[in-house]
Amino acid sequence: MALDKILVALFSIIGIAFTYWFFLMKKEKEVVVSDSVDINVEGGYNPEVISIPFGKTTKLNFIRKDSNSCLEEVVLGDFKVRRYLPLNEKITIELTPEKKGEFGYSCGMNMFHGKIVVK
Amino acid sequence: MAEVKTTFPIKGMHCASCVRVLEKTLSRVVGVKEANVNLATEKTTVTYDDKECTPEQMESAVAGVGYKASLPSSDGKAMVEGEAIDEDKEKAEKLKELKSLKNKVIVSLIIGALIFWGGFPGLMDIAPSFLKNFWLQLVLATIVQFWPGLEFYKATIPALKHRTANMDTLVAIGTTAAYLYSAAVTIFPQIIQGLGVEPLPYFDVATIVIGLILLGRYFEAKAKIGTSEAIKKLIGLQAKTARVLRDGKEVDIPINEVVIGDIIRVRPGEKIPVDGVIQDGESSIDESMITGESIPVDKARGDTVVGATMNKSGTFTYKATKVGQETMLAQIIKLVQEAQGSKAPIQRVADLISSYFVPIVIMLSIATFAVWYVFGGSQAFLFALLNTVAVLIIACPCAMGLATPTAIMVGTGIGAEHGILIKDAESLEIAHKVNSIVFDKTGTLTKGQPEVTDIIPANQVSKAELLKVSASVEKGSEHSLAEAIVKGAEKKSVALSKVEKFKAIAGHGVAGLVDGKQVYFGNRKLMEQEKIGIGNYLEQIERLENEGKTVMMLGIGGKLAGLIGVADTIKDSAKEGVEALQKRGIEVIMITGDNQRTANAIAQKLGIKRILAEVLPDQKEAEIRKIQSEGKVVAMVGDGINDAPALAAADIGIAMGTGTDVAIEAADITLINKDLRSVASAIELSKKTMRTIKLNLFWAFGYNVILIPVAMGILYPFFTILMNPIFASVAMATSSISVVSNSLLLKRIKI
Repeated sequence: MALDKILVALFSIIGIAFTYWFFLMKKEKEVVVSDSVDINVEGGYNPEVISIPFGKTTKLNFIRKDSNSCLEEVVLGDFKVRRYLPLNEKITIELTPEKKGEFGYSCGMNMFHGKIVVK
Repeated sequence: MAEVKTTFPIKGMHCASCVRVLEKTLSRVVGVKEANVNLATEKTTVTYDDKECTPEQMESAVAGVGYKASLPSSDGKAMVEGEAIDEDKEKAEKLKELKSLKNKVIVSLIIGALIFWGGFPGLMDIAPSFLKNFWLQLVLATIVQFWPGLEFYKATIPALKHRTANMDTLVAIGTTAAYLYSAAVTIFPQIIQGLGVEPLPYFDVATIVIGLILLGRYFEAKAKIGTSEAIKKLIGLQAKTARVLRDGKEVDIPINEVVIGDIIRVRPGEKIPVDGVIQDGESSIDESMITGESIPVDKARGDTVVGATMNKSGTFTYKATKVGQETMLAQIIKLVQEAQGSKAPIQRVADLISSYFVPIVIMLSIATFAVWYVFGGSQAFLFALLNTVAVLIIACPCAMGLATPTAIMVGTGIGAEHGILIKDAESLEIAHKVNSIVFDKTGTLTKGQPEVTDIIPANQVSKAELLKVSASVEKGSEHSLAEAIVKGAEKKSVALSKVEKFKAIAGHGVAGLVDGKQVYFGNRKLMEQEKIGIGNYLEQIERLENEGKTVMMLGIGGKLAGLIGVADTIKDSAKEGVEALQKRGIEVIMITGDNQRTANAIAQKLGIKRILAEVLPDQKEAEIRKIQSEGKVVAMVGDGINDAPALAAADIGIAMGTGTDVAIEAADITLINKDLRSVASAIELSKKTMRTIKLNLFWAFGYNVILIPVAMGILYPFFTILMNPIFASVAMATSSISVVSNSLLLKRIKI
């Protein structure tokens, strides 16, 4: 086999491994929230994983700075919330969790994800 | 004196000193005992005496020092308004977005076509020579790549910072690869030639792909506006102003300033602003916007009116009983919004897959490149490049993400338009599996307004005496039959006696002392329990029961004093409603506390075959569980108040709307149109929505599962078929549009 082919094969394997590591093995940093939290919406959610107390009302303030239409809606399916996020505006969603556990949230097309951990 | 504690938001606070100012101001209002202001939550909690001051006084005190208090009720109103503002803003932003998207689509497609003309074998022979110039093509392609194409980079780069990838990432990588390769061919043709590849650019691939994907996005965005129409329609129903009588004068005020207790005047052709009770006058009111019932309803003094409905003929005044967030319309909006935000269980798999989808596609594209490069023969590099781009472009995660929610949004919206309110996506999903429906009899299949039809005295008691004693002992009971008997006595102007030691015996009847005699009034069970002989009257009792009447027996001093037959009218929509369900192969069951014979007679009139009679109120839940243990998916239809436990126990609890309250906790589906045919409609809606969701998911998954391997070139060894990246972009654009349009098709169904 020619050298270039061996190199391409090798780099591809490295590329695949890197893609796997980069996207699928990232560590989620959990942010502990007590009263309210600002969640930046820009290429995803920041902070992405938050933990909120059980049974208490917590305010999540979503601020969308990303013009990508995918992020224009945020869906908190387990809390029955689907809200439109106008660009550069603070939209507050109040949650009073009645169940403990992990609940995902995402954009309207389910491409970007975050997690709410109720403790 | 009554102390009241209330909390309301205050706007305009900046620092701790504002807190002190506000607390001082509020505590100076006469009647306020204590005021606590919280800067962090921007709320104040006030304890006050409601005899001495009103929230409005506090509001003006707060305004006097430069802040704005939103009182609990007006806060609610503000929310509905806020939604409307949000909706307007959303619409404006959407339109702007659509316009700019349209321009980008036009520019990139025109440029793409020019490059295509100058580069495609055959076509290029008739192209003007300047179009064949690679340098000009590079300039044109650069415009597209970094103006319309900027969208994809703008979405990709911040996402990469979060180590996430989305559809834009795929498009960005794919088109950039094609663009950079073509640029290299143009700038350094010798190097490419040196690699043994003919130096031909593929600018058309990059530009046309960008143009087509944006075109797809444009149509998708247009179609998506249609999915959330229902909410917009509902919000638009709200009246803007109300004509309120204040200090003897009529004033037009904005709807969010109407408070409970206001007297409002409505003239013909006007919208009724908030919920209330008619004080004076009568009219016929079109409630179709709320209930879906097209025939106007006649209303007079004492009747409730619902905000946002249309006054047709008369002028009347009414007292506001529910305002702001409490009104029926606001509750409906909230319910529909919640349902549209909820997730259907069927979506879980799609969610899981789509979270791994994009990284997997990137890995597949790298593998595609390697395999083609290594095994591709003489044109290996070109094949490798084009197939990799095709894989990146054809993958369509959006279709999977849109499949369920768009259908749920359209489905719940249609329901709301027909007076069928569905609590969440899960209820909508389960409803299509229902194969047994249990109807409560009284108040659901029947009007729940029984009337006395037969009075049969026994053992030398007079008719008047029988009615008098029965009505007297029933006076304290809350049962609907009791009301009928008391009304029956009132109609004959019988004077009632006082009852002592009144006792209600659930499922049996009532007992008490009337004129010093022990009296029992109730059904056969009660008579048996108290050993009151009814033997001589058995024939009469059975005759009445066979006519579908409920027979109540009166026992005075251990002897039967007579029978009272009571009948309830069957609702107009009951028979058709039952038939519609049976036609769909759903078993209809009637549950009632009545005795078997009465129940049979009514069931027969309705064509119901399975009857659960003589069921005590607290046993209904157990009966539902029994049917479930037969392996059936059970829906229970009731009024939502007395049958709450049974509704909750059923797989689907369907409540018939009562008055102006739609938020019935135990119910999964609320029928505000009170039409029993809507039970079948709800099931039908669920079936159709689920069919759409399944079709969408099948399409979205099948599309990716079949076309990604084709783009990888899996058919090449057998049929020498390859996927051109331009076709890949056409396929990808159509796939998400078709999912959204398929959901929109739901709007056409007849339910």
